[in-house]
Amino acid sequence: MVRAVPAISVGMSGIALPDMSESGPPDPLARLGERLDRARARRDGQPAAEPGNSADLQRGVGLGFRTGIEFVVAIIVAIGLGWAIDRAAGTRPWGMIVLFFLGVGAGMLSVYRAVAGIRMPVGSRPLDKLDSGRKAKDAWDDEA
Amino acid sequence: MALEIQPLHQFTIERLIPLHIGRLDISYTNSALFMTIAVVLITALMLLGTRRAALVPGRWQSVAEMMYEFVADMVDTNAGHGARDFFPFVFTLFLFILFSNLLGLIPYSFTVTSHIIVTFALAAAVFIGVTIVGIVKHGWHFLRLFVPEGVPFILLFLLVPIELLSYFIRPFTLSIRLFANMLAGHTMLAIFGGFAAGVGFLAFFPLAINIALVGLELLVALLQAYVFAILTCLYLSDALHLH
Repeated sequence: MVRAVPAISVGMSGIALPDMSESGPPDPLARLGERLDRARARRDGQPAAEPGNSADLQRGVGLGFRTGIEFVVAIIVAIGLGWAIDRAAGTRPWGMIVLFFLGVGAGMLSVYRAVAGIRMPVGSRPLDKLDSGRKAKDAWDDEA
Repeated sequence: MALEIQPLHQFTIERLIPLHIGRLDISYTNSALFMTIAVVLITALMLLGTRRAALVPGRWQSVAEMMYEFVADMVDTNAGHGARDFFPFVFTLFLFILFSNLLGLIPYSFTVTSHIIVTFALAAAVFIGVTIVGIVKHGWHFLRLFVPEGVPFILLFLLVPIELLSYFIRPFTLSIRLFANMLAGHTMLAIFGGFAAGVGFLAFFPLAINIALVGLELLVALLQAYVFAILTCLYLSDALHLH
């Protein structure tokens, strides 16, 4: 979709300009070719605007929705857990305090993981130290 | 002019067929009704889609095949090899949430997924299932999931609790994400719908917003079903392959 836009806009300006008066009517196919070339050059000039494939886009949107709630919920659940521990063990307020900080840590960790690499599971491990199961999976992922 | 907006009224559970076993209330509610409708629709779609399987698919077969391929592709890409065994589970989950979300968009219907107990039950099923899969597949080795590698020993006292916490938070994030999105969207629709009532020709403005919101809600309905399914796949991937 995004790719098509510059081509169309170039086409529009080509039509709007009074090219015809310069040297008679040029070959319409040649003109179309010229315009396509210009559009391609313009498109290649800005690789940043290159849209990813739809799978990447979907993953990105999913990622955005994932990270937002992850952080907040981690803290809330941790506080709730701390409160429950305090209630059960009568250690108020220490359980809540400790678990609040752990919750912040867990929330940041999950956000970091979601952003740094969506496939990074609980417990990050460098990619080159993987066992056989994961290696096969990665190879498989690469070809997909 | 009393504008009576009850945006949360739509989430009321009503007993359609009261049923009690002892002190247990197992009434057939409007929530259960819409779950039933979702399941019936999914079954009907799949049966229609596969009844006359042709090389060149018809309309129903196309829809069924597209959904199948979409989820199969998702499972393959995100859960890695060996995850195909769990395809039926993810497929069922995805379709159930998708249909519940979409059914909820029909005016006067009930959105099953706007109740946290429903989404939490789904998420808990995923969580418990994934944990069992991990333990069955790896035994005690599964606990290695909580021990980050290449970390000084002292730091483990801090990191293992954090890892444990972030693991046990999964069912909550999974369920709250879906529930909050549906609840917020439908509440917003109801609020703007309420604005439109009793303001005469000015009703055009809230209605225009509502039209845009319905489009947004459609996106959210699809996206949340997708996110739920894809996170299930990622959790499965963790359990199957550890690191």
